[in-house]
Amino acid sequence: MSDEKEPILKIDDLSVHFHVRGKTLKAIHHVSMNLYEGEVLAIVGESGSGKSVLTKTFTGMLEENGEIAGGTIVYKGKHLEKLTKDKQWEGIRGKEIATIFQDPMTSLDPIRTIGSQIAEVVVKHQGKSKAEAKKIAIELMDRTGIPNAAARYNEYPFEYSGGMRQRIVIAVALACHPDILICDEPTTALDVTIQAQILDLIKDLQHEYGFTTIFITHDLGVVAAIADRIAVMYSGRIIEYGTCDEIFYDPRHPYTWSLLSSLPQLAQKGGELYSIPGTPPSLYKDIVGDAFAPRDPWAMKVDFKADPPFFKVSDTHYAKTWLLDPRAPKTEKPALIQNLHERMAATVAESHLENLDLTRTDAKEDETDGE
Amino acid sequence: MANDKETIVSLKDLEISFGSGKNKFVAVQDVNFDIFKGETFSLVGESGSGKTTIGRAILGINPTSNGTITFEGDQINGKISEKKKHTIERKIQMIFQDPSASLNDRATVDYIISEGLYNYGLFDSEEDRIQKVRTMLEEVGLLPEQLYRYPHEFSGGQRQRIGIARALIMQPDLVVADEPISALDVSIRAQVLNLLKKFQREQGVTYLFIAHDLSVVRFISDRIAVIRAGRILELAPTEELFTNPIHPYTEALLSAVPVPDPQIARTRKSYVYDPSMHHYETDKPKFVEIKPGHFVYCNEEEEARYIKELKQQGQL
Repeated sequence: MSDEKEPILKIDDLSVHFHVRGKTLKAIHHVSMNLYEGEVLAIVGESGSGKSVLTKTFTGMLEENGEIAGGTIVYKGKHLEKLTKDKQWEGIRGKEIATIFQDPMTSLDPIRTIGSQIAEVVVKHQGKSKAEAKKIAIELMDRTGIPNAAARYNEYPFEYSGGMRQRIVIAVALACHPDILICDEPTTALDVTIQAQILDLIKDLQHEYGFTTIFITHDLGVVAAIADRIAVMYSGRIIEYGTCDEIFYDPRHPYTWSLLSSLPQLAQKGGELYSIPGTPPSLYKDIVGDAFAPRDPWAMKVDFKADPPFFKVSDTHYAKTWLLDPRAPKTEKPALIQNLHERMAATVAESHLENLDLTRTDAKEDETDGE
Repeated sequence: MANDKETIVSLKDLEISFGSGKNKFVAVQDVNFDIFKGETFSLVGESGSGKTTIGRAILGINPTSNGTITFEGDQINGKISEKKKHTIERKIQMIFQDPSASLNDRATVDYIISEGLYNYGLFDSEEDRIQKVRTMLEEVGLLPEQLYRYPHEFSGGQRQRIGIARALIMQPDLVVADEPISALDVSIRAQVLNLLKKFQREQGVTYLFIAHDLSVVRFISDRIAVIRAGRILELAPTEELFTNPIHPYTEALLSAVPVPDPQIARTRKSYVYDPSMHHYETDKPKFVEIKPGHFVYCNEEEEARYIKELKQQGQL
């Protein structure tokens, strides 16, 4: 995860624009990011923050009216931002970089059998014969937890439950042995118990197949369970990134603070739930200064004038906020999210679940909390 | 149930089925619970569990095949007079999950919010109506100049506010809120929940909150009923349910809720509930009040075991 390691995917100063009825929507604004082999990088943000648009550029799946307005995407020495035709994307999209979407029915053909849809991918990308492909498809179905896979090979998507369909989408994605698996809200439409199973499945398969994962979600609970590193997005910008522990226990950007504060687990019973005032800015307009400034109770004058650079917190942790400038007044994160771990532990302990070991494994966080 | 509280809705042995004969499908059965005036009662379950079906039955959208639904002392399911139906339709309102699907795209916000007022003639004059709508708009945090706009001009959170305004302008006694925040972002969610709570404080409205997100349910509810495959398996006051869940399904459900804390999340294991663990062939299950206000669906053998465990923990 350190910078010395060569990233598998390197995004540099990327901007994406959409042309909507004669106007330009700046969906991604000068984003730089590295993805390292074998890691799970979670991209967190609310709807419209650009998390899906960003990852769509990695597989050339931007909508017709979208374009990469600047910057580079380098994957294994190839400049993906220069690929324009579907033909050029062949061999990368689906094969090396695969995507799982939120709604499995958007990826599955409703009038073809489950098995044939997996086998098709195996034939196309691995050049196997039909008989071999069927065997591999059944193995994959088995591996992704479809009970009685051989018998269910000839069933149609409507005969599967939502969780089972998502397992099939995962099986299709894995049929090509991708290097990078992009999971775009893969569990949002699923029930909690099924969600837990799918998350476990993705983790297990990652161990087995060794792919690198980009996990897009707005659910901080899911992020905590799966991410090695987290990038927080707001209004088309990455505003903070760090390891999972750094973002949860030592967040530095006021937007990250607000996001964590909104967690219902932190609210006092009978009290108000913390809510971020206002709404995100329109991306049709040029944003001056820090995009979050109008909603930020800690905003300083400079936040309305100049776009903050990334300030280094640790080798792995950077945040794009003027609060980290040495000249800024010293600002503590809000009381609500101090001792986050202890608070969460308390809610879980109350829930009389299993015997959790609630002691911190990493005592360093306590010092950086500055209490 | 509790004697000091006034019951607003009472469900007795409710059964809801679809189709008939060979194709008959029983979606909900043996449902028994009361909702008290002024509380938030949550119905929690996974998709297909029947939670929405119960909500729709209370609204009179789904016909019931057995049992009774009593609202403010009157039976409201089965055959009821048009007049009674008319009254109930004002008193029980609904907030839907998807605000973009539940608002008329071709109507202005002014009309959407006023529609119920028109249907029931709940205003004295045009000025009175406009005044009522404006007040309501302000209550839900929208601006007067947005009155003549159309739903598509609003964000998801704003649309949900319109949905809330439309329901609450009728001054209902009961609001059935079916996953009202599932489609919203985290920060917007908080705004909408706070708004719902505000109306409850100020107007004493009762909520039947239908949801699958247990962390939100814990924050908003007074009592929670857990439903699976059409049956209520456990019912208890919120903190009691979270602290001392008794039914194995409730435990499995609670263990699957993601905890937004990396250290806990890494070590946490979720239970899988296996319905075949119950042996209901001869010893039939019932909905039993195992502790005051805490109900569990179990048979005699299980009841004895639960009581023994509770005694060991000093809870009984």
